[in-house]
Amino acid sequence: MSRAGGWRMALAAAGFALAALLPLVDQGYLLTFAVTVAMYAVLATSWAVFSGPTRYISLATAAFYGLGTYVVAIGIDVLPYPLLLLLALLAGAVLAGIVGLATLRLSGVYFVIFTLGLAELVRQLVTWTQNNFGTSRGLYVLTDLTESHIYWELLAATAAVYLFGWWIGRSRIGFALRIIGNDEVVAEHCGIGTAASKVALFMFSGAVAALVGALLAPRWTYIDPGIAFSPILSFQVVIMALLGGAGRLWGPLLGVLPFALLWEVISAQFPNQTTLLLGIAFLLVVYVVPHGVAGRLETLLHALRRGRG
Amino acid sequence: MDIVITGLLLGGTYALIAMGLNLQYGVARIMNLATGEMLVAGAFAAFWCHTAGQVSPLLSLLLVAPLAFAGNWMVYRFMLRPLVRRARDPGQLEVDSILATFGMAFIFVGIMLAGFGGDYFSYSYLVEPVDIFGATYALNRIVACLAAAAIGGLLCLWLYGTRTGVAMRAVAVSPRSAGLVGIDVPAMSALAFALGGAVAASGGALISTFLTMDASVGVLFTMKALVIVIMGGVGDMRGAILAAVILGIAETAVATLIDPGLTLAAAYLMFIAVLLFRPQGLFGRRAA
Repeated sequence: MSRAGGWRMALAAAGFALAALLPLVDQGYLLTFAVTVAMYAVLATSWAVFSGPTRYISLATAAFYGLGTYVVAIGIDVLPYPLLLLLALLAGAVLAGIVGLATLRLSGVYFVIFTLGLAELVRQLVTWTQNNFGTSRGLYVLTDLTESHIYWELLAATAAVYLFGWWIGRSRIGFALRIIGNDEVVAEHCGIGTAASKVALFMFSGAVAALVGALLAPRWTYIDPGIAFSPILSFQVVIMALLGGAGRLWGPLLGVLPFALLWEVISAQFPNQTTLLLGIAFLLVVYVVPHGVAGRLETLLHALRRGRG
Repeated sequence: MDIVITGLLLGGTYALIAMGLNLQYGVARIMNLATGEMLVAGAFAAFWCHTAGQVSPLLSLLLVAPLAFAGNWMVYRFMLRPLVRRARDPGQLEVDSILATFGMAFIFVGIMLAGFGGDYFSYSYLVEPVDIFGATYALNRIVACLAAAAIGGLLCLWLYGTRTGVAMRAVAVSPRSAGLVGIDVPAMSALAFALGGAVAASGGALISTFLTMDASVGVLFTMKALVIVIMGGVGDMRGAILAAVILGIAETAVATLIDPGLTLAAAYLMFIAVLLFRPQGLFGRRAA
């Protein structure tokens, strides 16, 4: 590991340690908000691990998240919670694997379209199953986990995603994905199994999203398909990741903080205007910051260095 | 029989919407995810004309279509052309256009919600029973389907019978070669995008005669249109029509036989089947 790399690791570790102290300071609104931010941080970062290098836009986050939530909601009375988390991870990976195998062999548009409807598809199936074979539409998740526990769990998940993303970035599969993102034809001619690499990474991001859903299930207490599969979540995650910059591992975090804050303010003050905000953010990403804040920062740094040297 | 006819009537209007999207994606190469919102705009205009001025929805098409044409032309010229110019490869244009049209769709829904609220809107037009083969159907559905067929037919005649139509199909096949034989590709793309938007809005006006709509229903129609276009093969009008009819019948069958809540699931199942077995579309040839 280079010296700069070591410094960065130390800095990141210090950052996590500092973030972990938050529940000791405040148990109220700040913690609630921090849980939301941590949730988006995991989701956006794991989204970018797959979509950043490959440039495939996945809109399926809500589907995986809801799946994870439901795994916990259905099994909470029968199985221990940690086992359910594992099951959620597995369920997310399996669903992502199926979707990936069906669509990732083809061009990006098919993938986008399919993921766009996936949450709604799973929601319709779950609702239908519950209506016809279940007892009621809602399910209860009662645990003695507090907000602080959820927060720490999410932080741990964030750290794991970062470590994994960092490892991916320097591994063979990460290199392969970057080539795929730059030119898929070239990648194929280099002998890269493009479909297999894409499916593998998509399974990772799907599994993480399902895990986040499972981690947050105790927070909701009451779960029905409308809550678990809220499609807006997918768009929020995409916006945050792209706004921050999906090309860098730390990029999405730069998008998560301001956007989550803005979202809090807007949805508190003008609850009907959140859709408008989402739309404006999308246009902003395309027209103003195509490589995200991270991309902007990097060009700025480069310019500064060149100016000095 | 009942299912087949209801499905056919529904499929007729779906076909029109899919044709609009097909023009936009096949010729202008813009995957327009705001097509459902264009449809809602058309529906809302028809609703407004009917409630405020007692104008029949069919007549209001004369207003809706040119307005939508102009609006979409402007969108293409000022919002999407810069993206087309900036794109280094088709992949980047795809990603950019998807995000941009998504943004536009959300902004449209946001403005609609702010201006008119999230209420459902519907009006009654030609709610009269008609007998076909011993079963009854609403007249408005039949009229909408016939009108859609008429518009779609005109569009096909134009595409396959006129010089501009041929030029447009040439751009759909290969923008580069089309430019080499003296076709103004940017102008053609703008025309195709505008025309596609006008067709989608007309489809919306027709659908509003028999379906209750609200501001945020657009994305559902977008998904259906996308499934139809992919199923029929991008740029293939015959395929789109056949796919629309199949989807209409499948949806009606699922809604009546199993559960009305599963219509989208039905559409997606067909989508998966097409992706797995015929990714080039129903009539498409396998790429060499």
